[in-house]
Amino acid sequence: MGKLATGRLPGLMVAVAAALALVLTGCSPAASPTSAEKTLTVGATLEPPSLDPTTNSSASIPQLLLYNTYQTLVRLDNAGNLQPLLAQRWDISTDLLTYTFHLDPAAKFASGTAVTAEAAAKSIERIKDADTVSVWANQMEVVDSATAVDTHTLQVTLSRPSNNWLFNMASSAGIVIDPDGLSGLATQPAGSGPYVLDSWTRGDSITLKLNKSYWGTPPRYDKVVFRYFSDANAMNAAMLSGQLDIISNLQAPEAVSQFSDTSKYSVIRGTTNGEVVLGMNHDVAALSNLKVRQAIAAAIDKKALLETVWNGEGTLIGSMSVPTDPWYEDLTGVNPYDQAKAKKLLSEAGYASGLSLRLRVPATAYARKSAEFVASSLKQVGITVTIQELQFGVWYSDVFTKGDYDLTIVSHVEARDVFTFADPSYYWHYDNATFQKLVQQADEASSAQELPLMKQAVKLLATDVAADWLFALPNLVVTRAGITGVPQNATSLSFDVTTIASR
Amino acid sequence: MATVRAVAVRLAVLVGSLLVASFVVFAVCQALPGDVAQQILGEQATPEAVDALRQRLGLDRPFLVRYAAWVGGMLSGDFGSSYLTGVPVGDLIWPRVAVSAWLIGLALLLTPLVALPLGLVAAVWRRHWQGFVATAASQVGMAIPAFWTGLMLVSVFSIRLGWLPANGYVAFAADPAGWASHLVLPVASLTIVQAAMLTRYVRSAFVEVLTEDYFRTARAIGWRRIPGLLRHGLRNVALSVLTVLGLQLAATVVGAIVIESVFTLPGLGSLLLTAVGQRDLQVVQGTVMLLVVTVLVINALVDVSYQVLDPRVRTGDLR
Repeated sequence: MGKLATGRLPGLMVAVAAALALVLTGCSPAASPTSAEKTLTVGATLEPPSLDPTTNSSASIPQLLLYNTYQTLVRLDNAGNLQPLLAQRWDISTDLLTYTFHLDPAAKFASGTAVTAEAAAKSIERIKDADTVSVWANQMEVVDSATAVDTHTLQVTLSRPSNNWLFNMASSAGIVIDPDGLSGLATQPAGSGPYVLDSWTRGDSITLKLNKSYWGTPPRYDKVVFRYFSDANAMNAAMLSGQLDIISNLQAPEAVSQFSDTSKYSVIRGTTNGEVVLGMNHDVAALSNLKVRQAIAAAIDKKALLETVWNGEGTLIGSMSVPTDPWYEDLTGVNPYDQAKAKKLLSEAGYASGLSLRLRVPATAYARKSAEFVASSLKQVGITVTIQELQFGVWYSDVFTKGDYDLTIVSHVEARDVFTFADPSYYWHYDNATFQKLVQQADEASSAQELPLMKQAVKLLATDVAADWLFALPNLVVTRAGITGVPQNATSLSFDVTTIASR
Repeated sequence: MATVRAVAVRLAVLVGSLLVASFVVFAVCQALPGDVAQQILGEQATPEAVDALRQRLGLDRPFLVRYAAWVGGMLSGDFGSSYLTGVPVGDLIWPRVAVSAWLIGLALLLTPLVALPLGLVAAVWRRHWQGFVATAASQVGMAIPAFWTGLMLVSVFSIRLGWLPANGYVAFAADPAGWASHLVLPVASLTIVQAAMLTRYVRSAFVEVLTEDYFRTARAIGWRRIPGLLRHGLRNVALSVLTVLGLQLAATVVGAIVIESVFTLPGLGSLLLTAVGQRDLQVVQGTVMLLVVTVLVINALVDVSYQVLDPRVRTGDLR
């Protein structure tokens, strides 16, 4: 018996060795295809829940599809300006109500059919249609009619002038969809961009491949794989072990030092549209008092906060505007850090004996770390802050939808979301008639007059301390050395891979 | 006859537990705060649009109606469709079952293969350095969380040495070598913790055998220690190992959820985590129910297997 047992051991050893050998041979980079096919592998954090950018608001959908698979009449460039895409040019009538878009006659969908004015009009109508339950219906509210004048000329009439409308046309609301592909958009994109969907392995990755019949300049890569990581560490590990070409946005800025070897990696630093806002509920008695809000803003040293919380990466902004907004100004000087002044303001407001506030934040890295810094800063001036960390879904229903909070910290990632302060029912509960009038005038003004009005409006938010602005999230892209053409700033939600090349 | 009756009773208990479990799973999911319609439409949506979507998804129906529809659907093999994507839940779950089954199955297979020899060494040489090392190793293994083991393995074998991929998954059919290389580290992380725990039980079970009269008799008639233990002790040890393994199954399933996230494996665990975050309740319910069924069925099988392994259970002659 005993002999048999030991006699088996060598056999077992051989099996183990064989398995090990199999494993080791599998280690050589698996991602080297036989032909000269070029593949770019991009790491990202959020997997799209669906592939329809018009009926689901998840930012992961435009990240993957906007400009890569779907195109818009106009697009946002790296500096935040509008550029031609499907429309070669556009005219605006003197009353600012009629927009005439001249479509590129060469443009065609991946299916081979031409991108016509009729298809563009239908895409706009579809967003407006209540049956679609589109996320962007309110962005197309100002549209009275969209009609095809001829095959390549689209005329859109607005019910009132709106600069924001044209801006929104450069994002998900403005994508032109192939009328023949409308039925399966959740799983099969139908656009006119240089890439089409190749495959989707749920929970792992989505692969785009070249649109063989693309009408413009073809991009450099035959395939682009977006790999999704729920864990930021795992994404960094994949990059460090050579499984990725690009980290689309580094989630943990302290990890940037891991990629300091410039012979292997390059780090691109730009800006996003994400303002990390210390939101204040204006329905709460203490916070409806300007002096209390000023005290809170003066009590927090934003520069030290950025160092502590986000490794010094990012931009201090001072109001609801980021450097790629045309009307951006550095407004950090409006409420400078001054704890003595903060204490004085609090006692003037009648809270010399102290004040207690709840700080309810979603369970995300930037919010958790910022919350601790804010709480300790406010404690120094006599405001006791209780931090409550909520799972994102709970934060959404309790804080965002029901408005049950005193203070909150969340990053607002939409472009030009300064307009949220003009809606008194939005969860800030900020109701300032002067501000509302300013942004409406700016929206309806000619482009020359828009800028000074918006500057005034954004400054008003800062002086009125409608909220406190901690910092703007950086766009931290890590690439393998030798990769070029990655957009520096995330001006839209798109991760545009169409210009990326490698040496 | 007694065996057949015992098995029948066990089956009835199983069906009862499944019914109760399905109700609990459903009720807990409904009690989760957060609304999938709001999640889908985002912050720009008007309340009317959210209501319209809720109605379209059937979320406005009463609790019991939705529960009955869900259970009824499952009985006919239909888990419903994801609220977010409209894809049938079954289509989302089945491709991921393979990934999790490989991970959990391999870990459960390797666990006794590691724990039995280690526990044997720890028991037989418990007063020598070999036994001390084995015991200490299992203590350390138990103290380290699986995700940390995973991170350490990645930092050594993927980042420093570059031998194995840090994460990701390749299907067996597409590339068997790639499949194996992607599974080594996750399976190892999961196995280390579970084997460490099992080693403790194996050790005490062997120690017990070593002090039994029948074993002394076996030694007296000329059996050497190790062969004797394997011949006369293994069956006794197997019983407690099986019990503990059955209990460890649940722990392994939970551990797999964490490990899948550390290694970004597209398995049931990562599906569940994402779905909970997105409040895609149909997917959450379906996945949890599948895990519950698996654990309950395997536990029932373990109970039934006692009947086969242990004559005392069969005859009702338990000490």
